[in-house]
Amino acid sequence: MSTLADVAQSVVKGQMDKVKEHVQNLIDAGNAPLDIINNGLIEGMNVVGVHFKAGDMFVPEVLKSAKVMAAGVELVKPLIDDSEEQSKGVIVLGTVKGDLHDIGKNLVNMMMTSSGFKVIDIGIDMPPEKFADAIREHKPQILAMSALLTSTVYAMDDTIKYITTEGLRDRVKVIIGGAPITQEFAESIGADGFAPDAASAVDLCKELV
Amino acid sequence: MIIVGELINASRKVIAEAIKAQDADYIKKVAINEREAGVDYIDVNAGIFIGKEMEYLKWLVQLVQKATGAPCCIDSPDPKAVQAALAVHKGIAMINSISLEKERYEALLPIVAGTNLKVVALCMSDRGMPQTTEDRLAIADKLINALVRNNVSLENIYVDPLVQPVGTKDSFGIEFLNAIQAIMETFKGVHTMCGLSNISYGLPNRKFLNRTFAIMAVAKGLDGLIINPLDKEMMASLTVAETLAGRDEYCENYLEAFRAGRFEF
Repeated sequence: MSTLADVAQSVVKGQMDKVKEHVQNLIDAGNAPLDIINNGLIEGMNVVGVHFKAGDMFVPEVLKSAKVMAAGVELVKPLIDDSEEQSKGVIVLGTVKGDLHDIGKNLVNMMMTSSGFKVIDIGIDMPPEKFADAIREHKPQILAMSALLTSTVYAMDDTIKYITTEGLRDRVKVIIGGAPITQEFAESIGADGFAPDAASAVDLCKELV
Repeated sequence: MIIVGELINASRKVIAEAIKAQDADYIKKVAINEREAGVDYIDVNAGIFIGKEMEYLKWLVQLVQKATGAPCCIDSPDPKAVQAALAVHKGIAMINSISLEKERYEALLPIVAGTNLKVVALCMSDRGMPQTTEDRLAIADKLINALVRNNVSLENIYVDPLVQPVGTKDSFGIEFLNAIQAIMETFKGVHTMCGLSNISYGLPNRKFLNRTFAIMAVAKGLDGLIINPLDKEMMASLTVAETLAGRDEYCENYLEAFRAGRFEF
């Protein structure tokens, strides 16, 4: 007999076969699909996040756990009604105009998705207009921007100003990240938050929604 | 092999604090240590100071040159900061870096055209970060040709194929290494150059990963590195790697290092 704890444990250990087996067993035993996701798969990723922040799990292990978790979700998903499907919130994510560095953004996406957020990744080198369009189209609670260079961080300022003139600023919380970013800078451009790494970004989103 | 000392980089906390406090003595001391360890260029980077990068970069160049007389490797993605630093630089600087990203390319090309400046050509384009050996070779091809057409000689070009973290994709190490070989074989006379710390991002025991990666890259033909020259094991490993790669006639450099006690840690 499999338990939700088994599912969570398989995610933490990055065991693909085990997670599929436990999830299937739980489905067959009649467990609620959302329960399997929230209290098994996402719970496992929460543990991963804690270990990652503490420095005793590392990036490739986190990536493996996320992949294993996604495989578990795939098994459960067909059993969920659209009306039932719930996410912790919607996040629009992208790197700002002029910045093509996507490794950090992709890690953040993976951690957010694994924590139960619905992430709309609009990609790299995105001008302010695209962020505004994404707010209109996807109605996110959070707008997350990334920039790695001192020469591109100002595009974050430009983007916030643009969505303000478009009347969209009040609809979203804005969070930013990237190597040169500091809390001080975040405040100076009127962002609602800053996170120094992917796991902290998830914690920040949980606080803000 | 060209060694660029990487220590004066604002992403290092001690340097960021020294820059912020305008602690000239500390910066000078680091520069002198790097020079004495045998670097060819001293990298200067003020890349975490939003809005003040240009001012700080100029300050660093002047300090480093006053203390050591060594040429600098001016390390900034911002063409305006590069130009400001160049204006106060004496001798032949290295520029780190030009890339195929349109804005950076168009701003930096006129600065280096027809000069004797050393140029790091970073394999990055507006299409994003290259993933494969072929991606890198294609960008290197365009950059090298553009630079040569604009009267930058091949031996002044240092192609950086762009190191990406092996912790985020298994193939990132080998695609980079193969790109070194492909570039060195395709464009005879050009150099290759890179920093190492990206390879080990997200992994523990980074020093060991960085050093082993450097040795593997030297075996593929890499002839320039941006490193911590005070890391004696790294410096000794590079000497050995070049000897083993067939770039040390009669093992002269190896034996010189041995006699100088550089294998005693």
